[in-house]
This record gives sequence, C-alpha cells and structure tokens, in this order.
Amino acid sequence: MTTATVSRWDRFRESFFWYSFKRDKVAIVSFAVLLLMVLAAIFAPLLAPTDPYDLAQINIMNSELPPVGMSGSDPAFPLGTDAQGRDLLSTILYGTRVSLMIGFGAVILQAFLGILFGLLAGYLGGKVDAILMRIADVQLSFSTLMVAIIVGAVFKASFGNLMFGEIAIYMLIFIIGVAEWPQIARTVRASVLAEKKKEYVDAAKVMGFGTRRIMFRHILPNTLSPIFVIATVQIANAIISEAALSFLGLGMPETQPSLGSLIKSGFDYIQSGSWWITLIPGLVLVVLVLVINLLGDWLRDVMNPRLYKG
Amino acid sequence: MLAFLVQRISQALLVMFVISVIAFAIQDGLGDPLQEMVGMSVSEEEREAIREELGLNDPMVVQYLRFAGNALQGDLGNSYFYSKPTLEVIAEHLPATLELVIGASLIIVFLSVPIGVYAAIRPQAWLSKFFMGVSTVGISIPVFLTAIVLIQLFSIGVTVNWFPSDTGWGQWLNEFFTTEGGLPSYGRGDELTHLFGTWESGFFTGTGLMHLILPSVSLASIMLPLFIRLIRAEMMEVLQSDYIRYARAKGLSAGRINFLHALKNTMLPVITVGGVQIGIMVAYTILTETVFQWPGVGLMFLEAITRSDIPLIVAYLMVVGLIFVITNTVVDLVYGLVNPTVKLTGKKA
Repeated sequence: MTTATVSRWDRFRESFFWYSFKRDKVAIVSFAVLLLMVLAAIFAPLLAPTDPYDLAQINIMNSELPPVGMSGSDPAFPLGTDAQGRDLLSTILYGTRVSLMIGFGAVILQAFLGILFGLLAGYLGGKVDAILMRIADVQLSFSTLMVAIIVGAVFKASFGNLMFGEIAIYMLIFIIGVAEWPQIARTVRASVLAEKKKEYVDAAKVMGFGTRRIMFRHILPNTLSPIFVIATVQIANAIISEAALSFLGLGMPETQPSLGSLIKSGFDYIQSGSWWITLIPGLVLVVLVLVINLLGDWLRDVMNPRLYKG
Repeated sequence: MLAFLVQRISQALLVMFVISVIAFAIQDGLGDPLQEMVGMSVSEEEREAIREELGLNDPMVVQYLRFAGNALQGDLGNSYFYSKPTLEVIAEHLPATLELVIGASLIIVFLSVPIGVYAAIRPQAWLSKFFMGVSTVGISIPVFLTAIVLIQLFSIGVTVNWFPSDTGWGQWLNEFFTTEGGLPSYGRGDELTHLFGTWESGFFTGTGLMHLILPSVSLASIMLPLFIRLIRAEMMEVLQSDYIRYARAKGLSAGRINFLHALKNTMLPVITVGGVQIGIMVAYTILTETVFQWPGVGLMFLEAITRSDIPLIVAYLMVVGLIFVITNTVVDLVYGLVNPTVKLTGKKA
C-alpha cells in the first residue's frame, strides 16, 4: 500500500503537469492564494474574532467603524465594522465560506447533469442528442445569468421571503447548477463524439459490454481532462452568479451573508462615506474569482494536448 | 435559403411557445387573481361564482389557450401595483433600458475595435499586453462591483493623503489619485426630451447625458473584454491568410491592408457574435439598473419580484423572451446570408 502511494507521488512529480506548474509563476501564486482563501474559509469558526451569526456578540454602538489605519478605527476590528456593528473580518471569512460552498456545490450539480446529458447526447446521438442540445442552445442563448435570475425570482415569489432565506443556500446551488449545465454538457458531448470513433469503444462493443458500461466505464474516464478544465472556470462563474443573485436580493439573506450579500448590504452605506463595508468584500470576491480564472487558464494550456505535443 | 428560413422561423415559434407555457405555469402557480380582486369578507359561494366567471375552473388547456390568445392580441393582464395593462408599464420603462444599452454599445464599439486591432497587429507591444491583462482582470469583476467602484471614484470622490504632502512629488501623487466625484449616480435626471409615444430621451440634454455616463460605462465594462479578445483573435487569424500576404507583397500600405482589407473580414463574425451578446446584455441591465436606480425594465422587473406583482413578472418574461428569440433568429439568418457555407438545413454544431 505504502509503496503504491509513493510511486504514485513519484509519478506525479515527474509528470508534465507538475513540471509546467513549477515553471509558471502565475499558476503558483494563484494556487497559493486560492489555497489560503479556501483554508481561511474552512477554518473560519476558529480564525474569526467574532461569530457574525451570534447576535449576542454584536454591539450596535460599534457600527460603521473604519478599518485600521483610518481615524476613528478600533484595533479590535481590523477591517472595520458594518452597519449592524458586525466585525467585517469575521463576516468576510464566513461569507467566503458560504460563497465557496455554493460555488463548489453548484459545480458538482452541474457536472452531474452535464456529464449525464453530455454522455447521453454524444453516445446515443439521434433524437436524444437533438433534443438535449436544442434545450442547451436555447438555455445558453438566454444567458445563464438570466435563467438563474428568473428561476430565483420564481422560487422567491413562491416560497416567500422568510422560507427562502432559510433554504437559500440549497436553492442557490440548485438554481446555478441547473442554469449552467449546458456549458459542461457541450464539452462532454464534444469529447464523447471524438472518443466514440476510437477502436477501444468498438472493442468493448464486440466484447458485448452494455451501453451503460461503455459510456461510464470506458468513455467517461477519457473525457475527464476537459471536464476538469471547464469545471474550474465554472466555479468562478458560479461564485459570480451567486454574488449577482445575492446582490439583487435573490440570494443569501443578510443574517447568513455570502460575499454578494455583504456587498449588497454595504452598498446602502457607500453614500454616507463608509466605503469599506462594500468595497472590502468586493475586493475579496474579485481576488477569489481572478485566481480561479487564472488557474483555469493555466489548466487549459497544460491539458490541451495540441499546445504541447504539436 | 427558403428551407433555412422556414426552419429557423419555426424553431423560433417553438421556443416562443415553450416560453409562453413557462410564463403561463408561473402565472397559474403563483398568482391568485381572486385575492387581488375581492376582500376577505366575500363568502366562499361568491368566490366560487367569480372563479367560474373568470374561467379559473376550466381545464388547463383551455386556460392556456385563453392566455396565449390574449397574449397574441397584446393583452398580458393588468399589473397589481400600477393598476395598468402590463405591456403599457413595460413600454414606459423600455426606452430607459434601450438608451442604456445604446450608450454601452457605443462605448464598446468605439473602444473594442481600435484596441482589438492594435493588439492583433502588435501582439508583443507592452500596450497590447497591458490591454489583454486588463481584460483578463475585467472578466473577473462582476458588473455591479465595477458600478460601485465607479460610483465611489466619480460620484462620491476619493481624497488621497497616502503620500507625504510636504514634498513636491508626494503632493503631486496625492493630487493624482484624488478624484473629484460629482457625476450623478442616481436615476436619469429631470431634463428629459420627449421624443414620441412613451419615449423620453436623455441624449439631448446635458444632465441627461451626465446621468448616462456611469451606468453605460458599467454595462460596457462587462462586454468590453470579450469583444477585445474576440476582435484580436479574429484579426490575427485574418492576418495569417493568403490574400493579406499577397497585399503585402503587392506593396500596399500597412494602413490600407489592416483597416480596409483585414478589418472588413474581421468584423463579419464579430457582428454576428455581437448580436447575440447584445441580447445577453439584458441580464446585465438588471444589475446595472439596480445599482444606479435607473428606471428601466430591469429595475421594474426586480421591483415586481419584491412586490409579488405576478402579471408584470410574466409580461416581462414574455417580452424579454421575444427580444431574445428575435435577435437570435435575425443573427442566424444574417449569418446564413453573408456566409453561404453554413449548413442550410439541420444545424449540427
């Protein structure tokens, strides 16, 4: 067992993947920043000075304190406080946690839907393909954000504000996952079309394997690298979509804020000069999305065989 | 071509049918017209009678056909909040959104073409790399955040005193980073010119134009990086082609080759992609209008959601759906016209 893991580690260290990672400064920095943010989000309850969900720890007298370095700041609140007197550092740590959870959750859901529909459309072809891809086309032509806004609006209208607030995190994962599945389905379908012409698929057919076994056990593993690339970019998209929905009031409630709802609640106070309540969470959001996008770009360059073999 | 035309139009009708079914389902599932019409004191028998009279007890298909029939005649019900036909409400708000989209499109066209062409002609120049870097960062910034930063910088203003002000350069740097502010960040201003119908334009007065600046720049910021990248990629491909090399060998001037011969063929795919992108802009107008309290259809839609104004939500869906379907169909048809190699029947992308 131990030898197996060691050899796998050695194989990884000699792979092209690791080789190009070591030589790409942008990728290393992006990965380090992302890792830092993910760890900070996971350990938010340990790192955050206060618990923003606990009303007993909030004092309204501390509201709208500026970050350290400006006049009138309090060293207990390094990034200042918001209009309710919550410590901004703590709300951002918890907010990043919520945003990342929704980002990953939505991508897992859309990967599930996208892989399933993409495999079916690509491998079965014919009517199934035509219908699924038509739906994907129409949905994409409406732009995924528009679809998400409409579904969010309908959910909000049917559940009511209070109920929606309680289940918002699952709703958002569902809304964004459903709105964005065509992106992954198209990628999967394109690589399935290329894979299914290859000999190993014919061999598997001749050996009498069932359609389902060929689809999931033989073709799927060979289409994983493009899925991996697009899923990375989709996490960034899902986080932006979540922020946009929350900003419109169709997402996370203020009591359980994500980065988007922090920006939204701070926006009401920007005219009174309290820029930090909205701009600091905004900066965190941009950095998070930017590093994921940069990693996605790098992954695409590494995993696109035409670029390094040709 | 005729087959292509018929196929595209029938597909557009099918999509419109699906949208109307979804809109009907929302109206049916969420809206209870009775609750809006009568008070609490009305007895159950009377309610039943009104239900019967309104046809709410008819089978689903009959109700849908009535809904679709009314929609085709331009009747999508009355808004609960405005107590007016929903289409009238939308017609009142549409000009504001259209002016925002026009303003943003002008910015996009006048910036993306020169920048994209420059980045294609001189891919190694530091200015090109700077533009490409900015556009990578630009894609990662959500449109509402751009809008908020613009408000902070140009509406509220920023006073900078990071540098020691007793030295000359410190003073200069402080002044360099300090912004004046003062640009309006709320609504369309009160000097609008009445054009025709419900169209009140902000294009012809100073304050109207001032109010347009920040919202259109924000809306443009989300599409600009996409267009710069697209124009650059297309232009670089065209510059590799034989006829450009031929033109160079013939001794034509670089300006003539780049801007007359190459740009013409670059713009073809850009225009078709651009048509679809302008449809997608509708989603972003909702965000932009919310930040700037711009009285367009996006803000109206969002307010309709908070007020649970179901008929207005449904009408918005139908109108936006129609706009999307028309732009996409027209773009497809134009593409089929200008590029005869596109498969005329059975699009297999």
